[in-house]
Amino acid sequence: MSSFLSQEVPLSWYLILSAILFSLGVAGFLIKRNLITIFMSIELMLNGVNLSFVTFAHQWHAVKGQIFVFFVMMVAAAEAAVGLAIIIAVFRARATLAVDRIDRMKL
Amino acid sequence: MHLILFLVFAGFCLAGAINLLLQGHPINSALSLIVVMTSLAVLYLLLGAEFLAIAQVIVYAGAIMVLFTFVVMLLNAGREERTMGSRVGGVVGFPAVVAILAMIAIVILHMQGLGVARLSDGITSTAELSAVLFTKLLLPFEVTSVLILIAILGAVALAGHDGSKAEERKGEQ
Repeated sequence: MSSFLSQEVPLSWYLILSAILFSLGVAGFLIKRNLITIFMSIELMLNGVNLSFVTFAHQWHAVKGQIFVFFVMMVAAAEAAVGLAIIIAVFRARATLAVDRIDRMKL
Repeated sequence: MHLILFLVFAGFCLAGAINLLLQGHPINSALSLIVVMTSLAVLYLLLGAEFLAIAQVIVYAGAIMVLFTFVVMLLNAGREERTMGSRVGGVVGFPAVVAILAMIAIVILHMQGLGVARLSDGITSTAELSAVLFTKLLLPFEVTSVLILIAILGAVALAGHDGSKAEERKGEQ
């Protein structure tokens, strides 16, 4: 039982996972054509970066790394509120969410 | 135990992220993003960040994703169509993404002195975290609250108006 509990995971695995999440976010940002899904891909990228922050905070026993993730979460919440409000305004003006058809800055 | 938990929830995480890319309907993408964020909360707990694990569930998987699903349902967003742009994005994007991932992976694998994570590592308690947050980092914390306030006002100003101007312009055209 004790050997079962003492199994350990290298921190590089966590970092690789965060890199993969970030890359999948970039891929979604490039491939998806729906405004909301593109926004979700940005959130996925933020989450991937957050995981690497927490991993390094664990590596150096630094509380400030975790606090930085807390700030990133707050900024992401503000960004989601403003971004979704912009999406609603765009939808009102254009009646579409496809980014290929939203190609002018003017209403 | 740590290894098993890591493998299971990292698997959930990756499956959710890949499903987000593959699904055509935004609501399915939103639900798979919730899976990603919830399993990330477990990974935070494995790394000893108890406050962040709870905040991840409440703020991300709760508040932000509720906002996303609400907007998807409010705007009645349908299945996305494949266009010329998405084909170009796929052809150019995938090699670029693989290149980015390869570069980051090489850097990580060459990193010296990275430790390991065990279940017996101990947890950064919320008290410990807030002691730093409310003494050394009090000013950034207060600035964040101002940022949130401005974001709320901006969201109301952007989404709150009745859109009569846009309709007038449509009538003129």
